[in-house]
Amino acid sequence: MTAPVIELVDVRKNFGATKIIRGVSLAVPAGERHAIIGPNGAGKSTLFNLISGRFTPTSGKVRLCGEDVTGMPPYLINRRGLSRSFQVTNIFPRLSVWENVRCAVLWSLGYKYSFWRGVEDLADVRDRTEAILEEIELCDRRLLQAGVLTYAEQRALEIGITIAGDARIILLDEPSAGMSAAEAARAVALIRKVSQGRTLIMIEHDMDVVFDLADRISVLVYGQIIASDFPARIKQDRAVQAAYLGTAA
Amino acid sequence: MLELVTISALNGVLYGMLLFLMASGLTLIFSMMGVLNFAHASFYMLGAFFGFQISEIVGFWPAFFLAPVLVGGIGALVERYGLRRVHRHGPVAELLFTFGLAFVIEEIVQMIWGKGPVDYRVPLSLNFSAFTAFSTNYPAYKMFELLTAIAIFAVLLMLLTRTRVGLIIQASLTHPHMVAMLGHNVPRVFMLVFGVGTGLAALAGVIAGPALVTQSNMAAALGPILFVVVVVGGLGSLSGAFLASLLIGLVQTFAVSINLSVADVLRPIGVAPPNGGVLFDVWNVTVAQIAPIIPYLLLVLILIFRPTGLMGTREH
Amino acid sequence: MSDVTTDVVNVPARAGASAGLAGVARHAAPWLALAVAFAVLPMIFTSGSALTMLSLMGIMIVFALSYNMLLGETGLLSFGHAVYYGLGGFVAVHAMNTVIHDRLPVPLFLIPLVGAFSGLLFGIIFGSVSTRRAGTAFAMISLGLGELVASSSLILRSFFGGEEGVSTNRTKLLHVFGLNFGPQIEIYYLIAFWCLLCMVAMFALRRTPFGSMCNAVRENAERAQFVGYNPQAVRFIAFALAGLFAGVAGALAAINFELVNSAAVGAGQSGLVLLAAYIGGTGNFIGPVIGAVLVTWLEVMLSDITDVWQLYFGLLFIGVVMFAPNGIAGLLMMHEPLWRARAYGPLPRLLLTYVIALVPALATLAGLIAVIEMTYHRSVKASEGTTISLFHVTLDTASFVPWIAAIVLLAGGFLLFRRTWPVVGAAWHDAIVYAQTAGKAK
Repeated sequence: MTAPVIELVDVRKNFGATKIIRGVSLAVPAGERHAIIGPNGAGKSTLFNLISGRFTPTSGKVRLCGEDVTGMPPYLINRRGLSRSFQVTNIFPRLSVWENVRCAVLWSLGYKYSFWRGVEDLADVRDRTEAILEEIELCDRRLLQAGVLTYAEQRALEIGITIAGDARIILLDEPSAGMSAAEAARAVALIRKVSQGRTLIMIEHDMDVVFDLADRISVLVYGQIIASDFPARIKQDRAVQAAYLGTAA
Repeated sequence: MLELVTISALNGVLYGMLLFLMASGLTLIFSMMGVLNFAHASFYMLGAFFGFQISEIVGFWPAFFLAPVLVGGIGALVERYGLRRVHRHGPVAELLFTFGLAFVIEEIVQMIWGKGPVDYRVPLSLNFSAFTAFSTNYPAYKMFELLTAIAIFAVLLMLLTRTRVGLIIQASLTHPHMVAMLGHNVPRVFMLVFGVGTGLAALAGVIAGPALVTQSNMAAALGPILFVVVVVGGLGSLSGAFLASLLIGLVQTFAVSINLSVADVLRPIGVAPPNGGVLFDVWNVTVAQIAPIIPYLLLVLILIFRPTGLMGTREH
Repeated sequence: MSDVTTDVVNVPARAGASAGLAGVARHAAPWLALAVAFAVLPMIFTSGSALTMLSLMGIMIVFALSYNMLLGETGLLSFGHAVYYGLGGFVAVHAMNTVIHDRLPVPLFLIPLVGAFSGLLFGIIFGSVSTRRAGTAFAMISLGLGELVASSSLILRSFFGGEEGVSTNRTKLLHVFGLNFGPQIEIYYLIAFWCLLCMVAMFALRRTPFGSMCNAVRENAERAQFVGYNPQAVRFIAFALAGLFAGVAGALAAINFELVNSAAVGAGQSGLVLLAAYIGGTGNFIGPVIGAVLVTWLEVMLSDITDVWQLYFGLLFIGVVMFAPNGIAGLLMMHEPLWRARAYGPLPRLLLTYVIALVPALATLAGLIAVIEMTYHRSVKASEGTTISLFHVTLDTASFVPWIAAIVLLAGGFLLFRRTWPVVGAAWHDAIVYAQTAGKAK
């Protein structure tokens, strides 16, 4: 078995005196769809921030495909094949939808800081941006400024930016938050399709989505993982029921 | 030597205090409203000119009380009808508004009082020598400036820590939204802070005007140094601004009296100066000559090695 | 006014490839037209002073566009951009003097390249420090660096030439094609050429991957990190390139005036380019061009008419900041939905309301000017008697009458002007609705 794609080794994060993450160890193998669930304030988004480089762990190690990426800035981690979405929509408001997606495509296609070629002459950039727009069903909104889209459209764009760079590891932070049942179903279908052959870690509150998609589930409560297992076993775990799920199942 | 050190120390502390009188208002305004008031030094200048004009009519002491109040009032109006309007266009627009304001105030002052210095004099009641340190007479007026500055700080500290308004201001410094939700009239607090901040700057102008030159370029001369003080001290930190004010005040005052150059240091060990060009200039420049730019050198150094400033903790 | 955008169902031309010769022709056409316009302008405006003003405009256009690479494109507000302009000028004059002294075979034509190199070099050196931070801190750093360089000008006298500056003689360089570049018309064409070249270059830069990421960093530097870009690197490159073009502008100014002094690196020059770019509008390419032309024109014309022209400048700037933060170009672009949808029907009514609003606005302006000029006259020029001549009307500032009239014009005009806003608003609203429905129908 190859090394896990994401590995957290006793990761801790304090903000001043407040301990948010109190020793999390996690190993996600390649190709797995992994969900992180837990009550509000458990530290799920903080965990994402630690993995993706937005925060530096107070102690502990984060490994990406065996490489130690603890403390690396987000762009270096992203270049190593990890991409994440945000719970609070984090797009480029005054750029058009097209430009939003295009930005996420450029580095992964190798264009870096190139200032000697016209970006609209790059066929691969155009094709990939077009493909992503089709996936997230925003083709006919392409010229609108991202800031004037509806909430659901912005969430779709958020996912689009996350997947545009063809990352091997995708982190989605509450992708279906604020969506109606129909919109959530479409989002789930998109996520399932896009995470084919990739590793997905997802924070979600919608248990239907979680049990539908996840291969394994970790439960985070007060900065610690109290259970990490297959969905069926998680449903029956007493500690998880007490902390989060309730006993209706 | 000891005389030079003592006098320079006194002058340096005084200069630092005046800087802090202005920097404290600037820091408060920045912390609360997120606006770096480019026109802060302009209110200092208005204070000096108003002080001058009012002294001409009714004498120094009424000017001492009236001028800061008048200028503070103007500041409050600027906040209410200018800054507040611009706020919705974003932080760049706010900064540019204060930038334009600084420009316009300088032009108006020039228009009314002309480009040359005005004869703003130390009042007769204070025009004596306070004490004689070694062979130099230290003017009473400077002691007056120092004591006034200290008194103002004491009052401010008391206001901030022991009154209700002060507590609200402290809270608004870090959590303006929360304070608004608690029912306080945050816009009015903003107006108050802006008015008091600019009033403080004006007070510095009223008392510094007679000692320094009161001229329409005083804001342009002091403005950049003020920004260096707040950046070096750490944007948003009052204690940092205090430290930085004293530091820059002392450094500049001492530097002006040092007439050493690189040439002076290296000549005794036999290193000959280069013949011409830029290196010659650098070789022969004295510390006194570069005294005006030392604050900017400090700024660049701080930004390279300690970007959050001496005491700053927040990334702005 | 909120951002008004239109739905477009079809794939727009912009996203398609500019294939083949037709595409090249379409892209090149506006630039060719501009080149022709530049070439033809001196034949329309033939006087010496007009030529000088056109030359100044050319220089300012390059300078303002370089500034907008920072502010408009990357979101970096700099208060010290004149450093790269001025240093470009100083390096250029020293280069020219060296060429003259050593009889090097370098024609005047190539000197702007020296400015470019200087701007790039100093942009890299100072940019490595400046771009560590963004936002307000960056603005403060730029201010501090600007003051540092400006103050150094009195210390490093051999480079900066002390108070008199450094002068040169542009006619003494190598003569090519019989041109000695003495006459202003030759200088104009030199400036026009380099201006056009720089405009094309800066326009093209916006449409590169780098240019796109500059915009992304401006909008959301954090998210840019999560798509693989280091915002600091983007800002650094933008800073260096902006310095390059500012250096070209500085070299052109050095050629034009044959003199560079410390004012070229000073806060005043930095403020001027900021004003020009902002008043013109930082949101699109044409904005700084408009701003540069307007500011140069005002600077030259106003300073002849009144001593307090800088006050008017400042008031104009504050007015733009408060009421039209997207600048003149922004105001024009607000009308884009109308002409995109070819909504010509409501236009006459809209324009009429503009005229209706303009009348009291002009009255307000007249009142303001009168107050300012009379105050100025009373305070500084009191020794010259009490009468002034304003708008060809003689006024006696000692009597109450002109003052009352001015204040009535100012206050009354402003109140009337405010009354016209709902009228304009209603016409505007109807026009936009018409444009949207017309657009959908097409």
